[in-house]
Amino acid sequence: MSESNGALIEMKGISKVYDTGKLQVEALTGIDLTVREREFVSIVGPSGSGKSTLLNIIGCLDTPTDGSYRLGGEEVAGFGGDRLADVRNRKIGFIFQSFNLLPQITAYDNVELPLLFKGTSARERKRRVEDLFERVGLADRMAHKPTELSGGQMQRVAIARALACDPDLILADEPTGNLDSNSGADILHVFQDLAEAGNTLLVITHDNAIAQRTERMVTLQDGRITGDGPV
Amino acid sequence: MYLRNYLRQFLSDLLTQKLRTFLTVFGIIWGTASVTLLLAFGEGFHRQVGINFKGLGENIVICWPARTSKDWQGLPHGRRVRVTDEDMKLIRSQVPQVARISGELSDSGTRLRAGRTTVAPQIVGANIEFSEMRNMIPDRGGRYLNPIDMGSKRRVVFIGDQLKKDLFGVDEAVGQHIYFDGVPFLVIGVMQRKTQDSNYSGRDEDKATIPLSTYQAIYGEEYLDNFVFQVAGIDDVEIAKDGVIATLARKYRFDPEDKEAVLMWDTTEMLVFMDAFFLGFRLFLGIVGALTLVVGGIGVSNIMNVVVEERTKEIGIKMALGAKKRYVLGQFMFETLLITAIGGAIGLGIAWTICAVFPQFGLTDYVGDPTISPQVALITTGILGSIGFLAGFFPARTAANLKPVEALRM
Ligand SMILES: Nc1ncnc2c1ncn2[C@@H]1O[C@H](COP(=O)(O)OP(=O)(O)O)[C@@H](O)[C@H]1O
Ligand SMILES: [Mg+2]
Repeated sequence: MSESNGALIEMKGISKVYDTGKLQVEALTGIDLTVREREFVSIVGPSGSGKSTLLNIIGCLDTPTDGSYRLGGEEVAGFGGDRLADVRNRKIGFIFQSFNLLPQITAYDNVELPLLFKGTSARERKRRVEDLFERVGLADRMAHKPTELSGGQMQRVAIARALACDPDLILADEPTGNLDSNSGADILHVFQDLAEAGNTLLVITHDNAIAQRTERMVTLQDGRITGDGPV
Repeated sequence: MYLRNYLRQFLSDLLTQKLRTFLTVFGIIWGTASVTLLLAFGEGFHRQVGINFKGLGENIVICWPARTSKDWQGLPHGRRVRVTDEDMKLIRSQVPQVARISGELSDSGTRLRAGRTTVAPQIVGANIEFSEMRNMIPDRGGRYLNPIDMGSKRRVVFIGDQLKKDLFGVDEAVGQHIYFDGVPFLVIGVMQRKTQDSNYSGRDEDKATIPLSTYQAIYGEEYLDNFVFQVAGIDDVEIAKDGVIATLARKYRFDPEDKEAVLMWDTTEMLVFMDAFFLGFRLFLGIVGALTLVVGGIGVSNIMNVVVEERTKEIGIKMALGAKKRYVLGQFMFETLLITAIGGAIGLGIAWTICAVFPQFGLTDYVGDPTISPQVALITTGILGSIGFLAGFFPARTAANLKPVEALRM
């Protein structure tokens, strides 16, 4: 799928300006970033340095103000709402700090959602969702509402949901930020397993212990990349 | 394809927001019941006024021979026009648009006695066709005048239902005698009860009708007081009126343009006016009802806006997972239309129930029975559907146009 020898993400001159009316905040400036398939990357930097902004653009949740962004060889910087929705659905699995599970529906229904949006058949959805719960070790919790689960369990449901459509790219914005250290360590293991299984992962963290487990560390400061290298 | 998903979401939302959902649905119930009932009462009232009006007779013209007001062929104006029973046959043969015709004579001097009761009602002499034309239908067990009564000038009488009560109370009247200033008349029939809101010589329920020939023989009257004719359809009435005047003008030598020689009350004019009036009346009721429903719709729209705001995070999450605009749009349209449909169904049910029990209140003669005609149901459903669509569309579009990052930040 990628013509550029294994480069999944290719960003050139990406900038993001938030226009708040009174003043303009330049959250990202001249970002050049290439991530190859199967890389396990951590993004670090002080609070407000633009980590989330960058990850949101990579995850097609937001669009850059300027610059070029090729995902899997496809220029997505100019895509409209529905095409971006498609990219998010098929290529990206997003994991949030606050889990972002829908509270009114069961864990099962939450994991099923991306498959529903993809148009997967009912039988295939069932097979797939059950399989995913098996993988994250929560097969006995499928019928529970998110509020009936612990933080660590909720994050594992969120991971199952992120994996539902077999994404090319898994993105996580401080996935252990809301967890105690035990659960955090648990989640870290899941990430390591995913990396070993050949997935491409980008994880924002301010936890050095996590960053140390990744292969490559990108450092942001004031919206610029100030460091990028193997751990 | 998302139907099951939408429905599940709707139900969980409904359960967590019971009061709000109830209030929303209530607005629609109220509006729907209002529109339906206003239209149904308008329809029922129109029908009833029609029925009451037709108590006098349907498509009939009542004619009073009077005086000429114009000179004609050397004859002066101011001559009396006198019409006989023979002229009725003449008119019938000359004017094919006249479907039925009868002369009429009436007076109220005679005293009628049955048993110990004496009254002095209006006495009418009429022909056989008078019954059908003027809606004076015999009740079971009795009959109206027949050709033998006419031919032999029999002393028989057909009485109004109120007159029957006055003279006989609850007793059987048919077969009994009524004494007309001492002369016995056999009662052959009692009029079926009817509602009648217009008349020209008293209500039919109070009258005693005898054969025209008998009347003329007893009272020595040669000329008719008036005559009544009926046309088959309302479109025939103008030609028929002109034909009747022309026939009489030829025979009695007056100007056929003379509007005063024979005075006419064309009851169909009233019907035409009434139809126009009721069109306006029902339009007014419909608009008032529709506005009530619009207010309900605005309520739904407002609440859907609140719902969208509250559920922004949920929308953001779904968008992050790949939900497209049409999914979000569909979800909120589905919820609005479902609320509207449920409210509409309950509102229609309430209106239907009220229409079903209304006849028991005994107000039918005055305001009619409210009627949910297919037309009423169609109009209500149409208004309801448009309101549901509009109320849902704008909040749903707001939701669908949210940016994923911004929605997620909520
Ligand atoms: N929606 C927004 N409107 C205005 N400024 C924003 C918005 N989101 C982020 N910012 C600003 O952009 C900068 C980068 O923010 P963010 O990407 O969240 O940083 P990090 O995730 O590294 O803490 C910060 O200065 C922040 O205040
Ligand atoms: Mg952040």
